[in-house]
Amino acid sequence: MITSTVSTGRRSSFRKWFTATGWRHLIGVAVIIFCAFPLLYVLSSSLNPNGTLVGSNALFQEIDLGNYIDLFNRPSQPYGAWFLNTLLIGGISSLGTVFLGALAAYAFSRMRFTGRRVGLLTLLLVQMFPQLLAVVAIFLLLNAIGDIFPILGLDSQLGLIVVYLGGALGVNTYLMYGFFNTVPLSIDEAAKIDGASHARIFFTIILRLVAPILAVVGLLSFIGTTNEFVIASVLLSDPSKQTLAVGLYQFVSDETSKNWSLFAAGAVMAAIPVMALFLYLQKYIVNGLTAGAVK
Amino acid sequence: MTRPSTQPSKYKETPTLKAVLIKIIALGLLDAVVVYALFVLFLKESWVAFVLVAIGLVAINWIYLTRRALPAKYLAPGIVFLIIFQLFAVGYSAYIAFTNFGDGHNSTREDAIDSIVAKSLQRVENSPTYDLTVLDQLGTYSFLVTEPDGTVSLGNVESPLEPVDNAQLSGSGKAIGLDGYTALDFAGILANQQAISALAVPLTDNPSDGALRTPDGSKAFLYESTLKYDEAAGSFTDETSGTVFIDRGNGQFETAEGETIQPGWKIDVGFANFARAFGEEEIRRPLIGVVIWTFAFAILSVATTFALGLFLAVVFNDARMKGRRFYRVIAILPYAFPAFLSALVWAGLMNRDFGFINQVLLGGADVPWLTDPVLAKVSILIVNLWLGFPYMFLVSTGALQAIPDEIVEAAKVDGAKPWALFRHIKLPLLMVSLAPLLISSFAFNFNNFNLIYMLTGGGPRDIGADVNVGATDILITLVYKVAFGSVAGRDYGLASAFAIIIFIVVATVSVIGFRQTKALEDLN
Repeated sequence: MITSTVSTGRRSSFRKWFTATGWRHLIGVAVIIFCAFPLLYVLSSSLNPNGTLVGSNALFQEIDLGNYIDLFNRPSQPYGAWFLNTLLIGGISSLGTVFLGALAAYAFSRMRFTGRRVGLLTLLLVQMFPQLLAVVAIFLLLNAIGDIFPILGLDSQLGLIVVYLGGALGVNTYLMYGFFNTVPLSIDEAAKIDGASHARIFFTIILRLVAPILAVVGLLSFIGTTNEFVIASVLLSDPSKQTLAVGLYQFVSDETSKNWSLFAAGAVMAAIPVMALFLYLQKYIVNGLTAGAVK
Repeated sequence: MTRPSTQPSKYKETPTLKAVLIKIIALGLLDAVVVYALFVLFLKESWVAFVLVAIGLVAINWIYLTRRALPAKYLAPGIVFLIIFQLFAVGYSAYIAFTNFGDGHNSTREDAIDSIVAKSLQRVENSPTYDLTVLDQLGTYSFLVTEPDGTVSLGNVESPLEPVDNAQLSGSGKAIGLDGYTALDFAGILANQQAISALAVPLTDNPSDGALRTPDGSKAFLYESTLKYDEAAGSFTDETSGTVFIDRGNGQFETAEGETIQPGWKIDVGFANFARAFGEEEIRRPLIGVVIWTFAFAILSVATTFALGLFLAVVFNDARMKGRRFYRVIAILPYAFPAFLSALVWAGLMNRDFGFINQVLLGGADVPWLTDPVLAKVSILIVNLWLGFPYMFLVSTGALQAIPDEIVEAAKVDGAKPWALFRHIKLPLLMVSLAPLLISSFAFNFNNFNLIYMLTGGGPRDIGADVNVGATDILITLVYKVAFGSVAGRDYGLASAFAIIIFIVVATVSVIGFRQTKALEDLN
């Protein structure tokens, strides 16, 4: 009898635990499998010396770093160059985006001028038209600009960066504008009384106070540029000038399933820095995103 | 919220020397570059561009030299890029949509005529033989020819033959060199054989007079076009067959039977591209399919990702649950993984013959995940769920935590059950803050190029269609394939017409959506 009461007690406490939080863990485990599986699969493929798609189905059976080394020894698919190009184009574009966006957000947040409301509304609407829709026009425009400044023409990375900066104002300005508004105006006033010019206030005071949102916008725009395929694929045709998105896509589509583990190694290397940065700045990103959601 | 207005007039302090210097140097550099561009545009006689750039230059200088216009000083840099690469690009797309721009129609009528003449060159029977020396100047090849009567002339692809008098002659009277040029020797000719045999140096300014070409690099022969252009009638005549090709206003030369010669040239075609999109059965049928699928995809994407994201946010939002942080980090991993790579990885997983899902999970099954029209659509939604739910999970969690506890407690006191509490209290509050994000998400998925293009490439292909279109193509991938595809050639005009249609649809949906949610009224 005693044992049975104990067991019922245990069972009822289990049931209580299960109805309260236990079932949530079941769902959690399902989520982990769904989310992590494709990522583990890529990691396993990248370590597989076998190379083919079908050979990658046995997870973590053999572990070999050969693919990672091979990746840098293929003259027709210069992975190292793609990687550097992506860092360079993404880095400069996102720095430029942050700077241009911060300038605009400062004006919208701190100054009152005619056309301000209209300007903000226009930005909101313009960002509804993604640049990639106008890709034909951008292609022809750069072709024409290249006749005057070859350094900004087709097959020029600087040209691509300049095109990306066309989208600098938009949703970024919005995120920053909201954050700028949370910095008390009294700080500006105090600095002004001390004789600081508007440029001094902007560069030395405001920009420091809004650093978290600058990091978020910079990172989001870096990820956006890294993922951008359409414009980059149209503008950059020389393999040594291309980005990871363009290069790796052609890499798998050309070679179908033959070099799967090589592609997987490239994918892992391309993703790890971005993911590390993302997880490191996670708190700010979540705050930044939800700041847009919750007023 | 009222803010003391910071008027530009308040800033009256004297700028420091350093600030003035930086300003002068930056503005000076910019002006120098733009003036150079103006100079080139002037030489090219591109008057519209010249005027626009000049206006921009004056405006920028005014903004940074005046003491007024303070907001403009901060807005101008971003707006310059926005105007050139977004607003202008959209406007230019609209213009292209009304032309026949594309493969075979990418230049002016004059260029097309020259190109037709050059392409139909044939060696004239019994033409005189010219002694030839190929000269090189900074990578540009020129022909130095000695005519049978001893005249020495120089010419290249760009400029027709012109007599020269200071050429160095060999003992036999053949010109073999010219100051400022390097004569190619036999080895040099061999090394560049292909480029040299493709050269055609026109005899005179009139392309109908023919051109010189060389098969071996030492002798040149006269080549004439078999197609003769008649300046007065504006038509081409094929001298071998006698066929007459007339410009009928379609941007190309064609016979009465519809036979054409390529290339044509760019003309304005009015609404012809839109008429093709909606009128031609072989384009309209697939286009309608694409429009329906685009909407279905965008709506289902938002619905599925939001449903899963919100569900998980609610599930993990229980303070009693242990290890929530861990679950959260894992759940946002797909969001942190670059999206284009995810699509490619899933394409491997779902491969019909070798993929992990068929081979391992389904034990060697033969499910055509990406190659069956219906299953491919399902696969896309599954992969998009994987890609998209973490974002919805993040924003839903944020919004849930922002709901004041008092409201929830009050409802509980009134006897609300969990489901009723969620349905009638939490969800309406969530929707207030999340609705604008759902609209943005719709707009994003409406143009979710990477997922479609990298996962299925728009396939499986619709063979009956006149454009390169597949079962899973959405509008944006269709635009890309029509504009830059390799299968059916490039048709910039039609692609831009599609792009304009998308602009109108997305803008309409967005404006209606934002009206509904009144998001715009929050702007102060």
